[in-house]
Amino acid sequence: MTDSAATTTAPASAPTIKPKVSSEDWIMRAVLVGIALYLIVSILLPLYAILSKSFKDVDGAFVGVANYAKFFSTPALFWSIQNSLTVTLICCVIVVPVAFLYAYALTRTCMPFKGFFKGVALIPILMPSLLPAIALVYLFGNQGLIKSWLFGYEIYGPIGIVMGESFYVFPHVLTILLISMANSDARLYEASTALGASRIKTFFTVTLPSVRYGLVSAFFVCFTLVITDFGVPKVVGGKYNVLATDIYKQVIGRQDFEMGAVVSMVLLLPAVLAFAADRVVQRKQVALLSARAVPFQPQRNPATDGLMFAFCGVVGFILISILGVAAFASFAKFWPYDLSLVLNHYNFDLMDGGGWDSYFNSIELAAWTAVIGTALVFTGAYLVEKSNGFLAGRAGLQLLCMVPMAVPGLVLGLAYVFFFNAPGNPLGFLYHTMPILVICTVTHFYTVAHLTAVTALKQMDAEFEAVSASLKVPFYRTFFRITVPVCLPAILDISMYLFVNAMTTVSAVVFLYSPDTSLASVAILNMDDAGDIAPAAAMGMMIVITAAAVRLLHAILTRGILARTQAWRKR
Amino acid sequence: MDGTGGGAYLRIRHLTKKFGDFVALRDVSLDVHEGEFVCFLGPSGCGKTTLLRAIAGLDIQTVGTIHQAGVDISSLPPSERDFGIVFQSYALFPNLTVARNVGYGLESQKMARAEIDKRVSELLGLVDLDDQRDKYPAQLSGGQQQRVALARALATSPGLLLLDEPLSALDAKVRVHLRQEIKQLQEKIGVTTIMVTHDQEEALAMADRIVVMNQGFIEQISTPNDVYAKPVSPFVAEFIGTTNFIDGVMTADGRISAAGVTIEAGGDNTAFTAGDKVTICVRPEDVLVTETADGRNGSFEVTVSDVEFLGSFHRCHVTPTRGNGTGFMADLSANHARNLRLEEGRTLNVLLPPAFVRVYASGETE
Repeated sequence: MTDSAATTTAPASAPTIKPKVSSEDWIMRAVLVGIALYLIVSILLPLYAILSKSFKDVDGAFVGVANYAKFFSTPALFWSIQNSLTVTLICCVIVVPVAFLYAYALTRTCMPFKGFFKGVALIPILMPSLLPAIALVYLFGNQGLIKSWLFGYEIYGPIGIVMGESFYVFPHVLTILLISMANSDARLYEASTALGASRIKTFFTVTLPSVRYGLVSAFFVCFTLVITDFGVPKVVGGKYNVLATDIYKQVIGRQDFEMGAVVSMVLLLPAVLAFAADRVVQRKQVALLSARAVPFQPQRNPATDGLMFAFCGVVGFILISILGVAAFASFAKFWPYDLSLVLNHYNFDLMDGGGWDSYFNSIELAAWTAVIGTALVFTGAYLVEKSNGFLAGRAGLQLLCMVPMAVPGLVLGLAYVFFFNAPGNPLGFLYHTMPILVICTVTHFYTVAHLTAVTALKQMDAEFEAVSASLKVPFYRTFFRITVPVCLPAILDISMYLFVNAMTTVSAVVFLYSPDTSLASVAILNMDDAGDIAPAAAMGMMIVITAAAVRLLHAILTRGILARTQAWRKR
Repeated sequence: MDGTGGGAYLRIRHLTKKFGDFVALRDVSLDVHEGEFVCFLGPSGCGKTTLLRAIAGLDIQTVGTIHQAGVDISSLPPSERDFGIVFQSYALFPNLTVARNVGYGLESQKMARAEIDKRVSELLGLVDLDDQRDKYPAQLSGGQQQRVALARALATSPGLLLLDEPLSALDAKVRVHLRQEIKQLQEKIGVTTIMVTHDQEEALAMADRIVVMNQGFIEQISTPNDVYAKPVSPFVAEFIGTTNFIDGVMTADGRISAAGVTIEAGGDNTAFTAGDKVTICVRPEDVLVTETADGRNGSFEVTVSDVEFLGSFHRCHVTPTRGNGTGFMADLSANHARNLRLEEGRTLNVLLPPAFVRVYASGETE
């Protein structure tokens, strides 16, 4: 019965097997290429348009680096680089340690009311960055409630920018630190305690090293968000020029599109560098986690818990105050002389800025962005993760999906102006329409949504697709019956993220709206410009209320889905 | 049985699979006959799963051909091949009930609802899970999940059933029970089956034929009996069961001088000439241990250096009294050990029966 392996020899030059591509594979590749084309049109080509614009004169003739030379020989312009870097670095130095302590309190102590503090920290996410700046004006402006607290210094300038930005970026930095702290291994703490190390020593030998990548990442995120933010310096920047406001001033104020392109390129550089550095660091963090890590359970320590509670109380008070002042100011009849509460300021139709229509336009934009963006992002992530072969195409799409994160919103918006408004562009009909706002916003927030989808897809069993193929079930059937339902929580996360950001964003769309498609966030900007600060605050509150309602709806939906499908999630 | 016969259901020729610079399969050829249960057995990284995935079309080979039922399927994607598969993770759809999981492949075949229900009930009856049909996978035990995966793989009546380490995620008792069930089920429906496993016991108990693989090569294709009793290489001998390896030298009269004694080996050893360095293999349970020589040819005296109690038998380490100090293992049943008053330091007599002594060129062992 024994037979050894077949002994016939292989043909001298056996042909390499070329796997047959099934019709389903062709469908997947076509869709994948379609999404890649979308990203090429919505991010790469506009970036190329703005880059080439920076090398041209008004008439479109190539002038080499002449525009750059002009930028660097105009002190008023290039000083903005120093200004931007100064306020950004000061913000990082303030926010990262504060957020670190806040995250430490939430994850490593037995402080009371943790859930409350976690919720409070998310307040800034619900607002356009213009709103905290407006609140600062009400507090420290010329008629501010506590103007004297600045000892004669003015809120308009670096002080205001740093205060506003610190508020605005806090939740983003905190989220990163919370994630990296949640990943710490309790066994290391036990070992440290068993070896007789003090709490201080444990902090420096265990806690800090385990979150060092998180800290670096938090720093880069803080840096990128602050240097590219436009809302805060627009409102409280005063005469202190930064790169973000310079782009706006060059384009909207002076109609100097070429110089706008140059400043955009200057702003793009640090954003890209910070993004690249962050990716490198994140890649290292993955290897740090072992599957056998034991979650850390904090022990009671009255002194530490009390101290941390006090600290979080102060931070939380500041966060709530900013929101409270904005809310109060939106109802106050005539700040600060008549503080009786009225609804006058919500009568947007009486002001410049588009009236209530702009609010409903924002809702429309956010809804489209959430629906179209989620479908596009999830399908793209699915094809990158789960399709067969076509490695170059999949890697290419993955790379394209990362590009939007490195591009500041103002740069993206201006790039759209150059690309879509260029004579001869067949897509020119989109200019000044709702679709271009949707395209711009989907693309602007593509990367984070994509990464969320990829994470969810990676957690699914890698063999679902193989099993389906063996059962002769078409991939799209499995996609809709298995992949989408199983990933529904992540899909809801993505749509909520896109909706809230579409409501609050101002930077990219500020160059793209038309009188018919004015948006709530843009209306805040214009009303603030016109001196109608109270209505601006009121419109900001409408965004906050809407975003909060959507988050609440998301929480209810997610809980509902988890409850309804608990049967199959229960382990 | 001719391993490369023309009537094979699955005909694999000269399969090579490269992942970049790493060669996972090297010129693998193999036939699987209709209705046969074949196990791919080997240590991790030997290429057994790669071979299974090539057969399924999940990782198509770099070079070589595969014919199934006479059709060249070498380059076809999985969806155009005819197989059912059970993965180690089972890959059950978590949001579908047991019945829906099993019926998943039938639903896209434009089958009538009632017909699907009937087939699903039949399959669930086959794996004894009728009463679990409306539960979700997460509510089932590991063994039950495994049976659902099996029923799902069989639902579309595939010509070939592929099992990728289907039992390794289960605990020992369930594993033994399930391997009998799978084997019985396979015999009942007669589907040609290939199972990948690293567990030799599983392979020996279930397979009609075992394909032993090592470093991308096929070492041996044989029945379980022959793989155990007639391993073609020291690798196979060592991987399956326990074996004594004793280094020796071929003598002029065809016997082997090893461990200081002269040992006779069965089989055809004409490939070796006097003075060749060789390794002899003999399984501990084949070593005959008696109190005295009792006139047996080729037996020699040994000293017991160590006794290990292993439940149903004793494993003793013995060293030839007039040898060079090299020892080997011998297994004795409990009552045999009692009769011999087995203990450390005792002197006994040992015979290595020539029929169970196999000779390999020295250096073949890894």
